[in-house]
Order: sequence, then C-alpha cells, then structure tokens
Amino acid sequence: MITASGLMDIAIVFAFVALALGQILCMVRVVLGPTTGDRILALDTMVINALGLVVVLGIHQGVQIYFEVSLLIAMLGFVSTVALARFILRGDIIE
Amino acid sequence: MTAEIIGAYATALCLFIGAGFALVGVIGLLKFNDPMTRLHAPTKVGTVGIGMLLLASIVHSVLLGETSIHESLIMAFLFVTAPISANFIAKVSIHRKACETPPSPPLDDTWSTLIAPETDQATDGGTQR
Repeated sequence: MITASGLMDIAIVFAFVALALGQILCMVRVVLGPTTGDRILALDTMVINALGLVVVLGIHQGVQIYFEVSLLIAMLGFVSTVALARFILRGDIIE
Repeated sequence: MTAEIIGAYATALCLFIGAGFALVGVIGLLKFNDPMTRLHAPTKVGTVGIGMLLLASIVHSVLLGETSIHESLIMAFLFVTAPISANFIAKVSIHRKACETPPSPPLDDTWSTLIAPETDQATDGGTQR
C-alpha cells in the first residue's frame, strides 16, 4: 500500500512528465502543421501547458507565489492567440 | 491526521486526472487528420485538464493550512477565453479555406470571414480608417 505522501510524489512526477511530453508533441505539430490555424492552435496549447507546468511547480514547492505568474501567462496567451488570428484574418492587428 | 491523508489523496487524484486530460488533448491535436477536428481536442480537453490542475493546487493549499482560492480566478479566466480563442482559430481555418467552405448566407453575398483583406480595403476605399 502506497502512503499518501508517496502517492503525491508519484502524481507530481507524472504531471511533470505528461505536461512536458505534451509540450514536445505540440512542437511536432507546430513544425508539421499543414495549415496556419494548426500552428496557432499548437502555440495556444503550448501556452496552456506551460501554465499547467507552472501550477504543478507551485504544488511541488508548496508556495503561493506562482499564482501571479500563471495568471499573467493565461492573459498573455489569450491576447497573443487573438492577435495572431486577427493578423491572419484582417491583415492587421489593430485597425 | 485523517483529513491530511484524504487531502493528499484528493490532490494526487486531481493531478493524475488533470495531467492525463492535458496529455490526451495534445495527443488528439497530433493524431486527428482535419484542421477542424484537431481544433476540438486541445481547446476542450486541455481546458478541463488545467482546471483539474488548478483544483489540485487549491486542495493542496488547504492541506498546507494556508487556504487560497485565487486559482479559481485563473480557472474562470481560462474557461471564458478558451472558446473565444477556439472561435478565432476556426475563423482562421475557414478564411484560409483549410476546411470545407460554409454554404452561402441567405441574405448577403458572402461571409465576412471569407473576404480577403485586400478586397475589404478596396470596397471601403480606405476612407474609414
């Protein structure tokens, strides 16, 4: 029977490995991506996975200071995705 | 003592589910074979995965004795913005004709998403901006 703290360690390692593997697979899609929409989607997913990595790092270290980091990453990721999509759609970001 | 053990198990469970969902979303992004199908995997599944990771963070902060529900703010922001960015990416796919073109609208000539930037600037003569 695994103890609770042992299970926590396994879960944190699993989360780190899964999210890092996700980042690598996203990079594959960025390189392969036949269309522009696929590349924007893969970059958006990479930002969201990076947010997850920061959250798991905060759980691992047991500190609260990573909250602001993850909020800023979430906002910047959304704004950059919309900016890329608008650039493709309208040929300009701010008209 | 018992509450600590239950909290640790709940955190571990949330971490497993969240990381698994995020990984499944990315695998879907890699394996599906159509731009619009690929759009489904990370935008829905990945958002749930990150939501579970943030829930694990909340449970862990309760476990450490310094309760904070700040993470729910990130969760709300993510759940609001994920469909908007998915809609924008879908518009990009339609605009670049990467997927099936939608049928003509009943009243207008064409969809505004399909209009190329040059055509758009030519029609309004550049006087608007």
